[in-house]
Amino acid sequence: MSEAKKIDWKGVDDMPEMAVSLSSMRVNKTASWRNLKPIIDYDKCKPCGICWKFCPEPAILLKEDGSPVIDYDYCKGCGICVEECPRKAITMHREER
Amino acid sequence: MMKVIMGNHALSYGAKLSRVQVIAAYPITPQTQVVELLSEMCANGELDAKFVKVESEHSAMAASIGASAVGARAFTATSAQGLALMHEMIHWAVGARTPIVLGNINRAMGPPWSIWTEQNDSLSERDTGIMQVYCESNQEVQDTVIQSFRVSEKLLLPCMVVLDAFYLSHTYEPVDIPEQSLVDEYLPAFNPPYRLDPDDPHTFGSLTDSKWYYELRYKIEVAMNKARDEWKKANEEFENLFDRGYGLVEDYKCEDADLILITSGTITGTARIAVDILREKGKKVGLLKIRVFRPFPIDEVRDVLGGAKKVACIDRNISFGHSGIFFAEVKSALYNNSNRPPIWGYIAGLGGRDVTPETVMEIVKRTEESDTPEELIWIGLKKG
Repeated sequence: MSEAKKIDWKGVDDMPEMAVSLSSMRVNKTASWRNLKPIIDYDKCKPCGICWKFCPEPAILLKEDGSPVIDYDYCKGCGICVEECPRKAITMHREER
Repeated sequence: MMKVIMGNHALSYGAKLSRVQVIAAYPITPQTQVVELLSEMCANGELDAKFVKVESEHSAMAASIGASAVGARAFTATSAQGLALMHEMIHWAVGARTPIVLGNINRAMGPPWSIWTEQNDSLSERDTGIMQVYCESNQEVQDTVIQSFRVSEKLLLPCMVVLDAFYLSHTYEPVDIPEQSLVDEYLPAFNPPYRLDPDDPHTFGSLTDSKWYYELRYKIEVAMNKARDEWKKANEEFENLFDRGYGLVEDYKCEDADLILITSGTITGTARIAVDILREKGKKVGLLKIRVFRPFPIDEVRDVLGGAKKVACIDRNISFGHSGIFFAEVKSALYNNSNRPPIWGYIAGLGGRDVTPETVMEIVKRTEESDTPEELIWIGLKKG
């Protein structure tokens, strides 16, 4: 895979014909509109993988020991993980920017 | 090789000769035979393509877009309600600059259910940015598919090849099916400048704010404007290789004509007969067939119509609350031109009603007898 890169256009003549992204998704972080942020309480979490399975993005990744980590660069704060967690280990908090 | 085939199969042969790599389609009367034959060709190994059976026309166009985005040559075909269901994805195909060729058999929109020809289905796609070519014969249908891939891939715009339900789709005509090697010479393999590629990951068509959306729209318009010359070039080379060709428009006996008829699709052949009959009676009547509707052939329309005293446009379609659509387009092309003959607009043949040489001669007569154009005349309307 090539390096994540940001492409800058000057104007209409040097743009590609199609709406190819200005950068790859590794640069184009899509979590900017999140206003509620899910936070995992690791004392309550018994890593079952349900939040990882239900996250539509996917913005929940699993570490080698199976415990979930939220990728806040791409999490849009939909709250599905909070709804699905059987141990109520994830809660939503107002986004501070 | 000369073969007697139906209009629908002319689309299939055009796609086969173009070596399409993906066909995604859903059946609908009167289009069904187009993809039936292509699926047989895929099954018996005659055509090395992936035939994708989909659950709707929306999916057919979506799958074609995906195929085209990775660099495959994609073809689909539909009709009427199917085309309407595809509408969202046609916008997408244009914005994504995927040069898909779409065969559309003109069929009247329901309700009431109808399976017979009318152009409102394809003309409703006017403002999406897909090119549109209206065909008159089965030979033209087959050849136009091949030409369309060439022009589309050059400009990265999709193209719709349009033919009348039954009058062409189910009518058998002799068609010259050229040697594959000759078509290969004419149409090189599809090699897009951008494609979905895991080694160079990008998103295509994702959120683009007002900083760049405007420029991307402009580029579609630039491509559409280039398309007029590309169609001419593509046709010149086609003529050199295949000894036949087609223009953006085709004028018939227009040089000295006082009255010029405007037609598209199969009504053209009928009108040509009417023109011959009227010419024998000494009437100076000519005929302008509009073949390429998008991009609209503004210069050609101005050149051909400029010298006429009267123009009569026959529309097998209607933009309710305004007029026939070709009529409106022609008037718009002439408005800023110094030579502006008066134009009469006729609605005819909706829902597949027969348009005969007599219908066309009646249109000529009414135009001759009228001093000032009426906006809209429904010819042959049953009154009472």
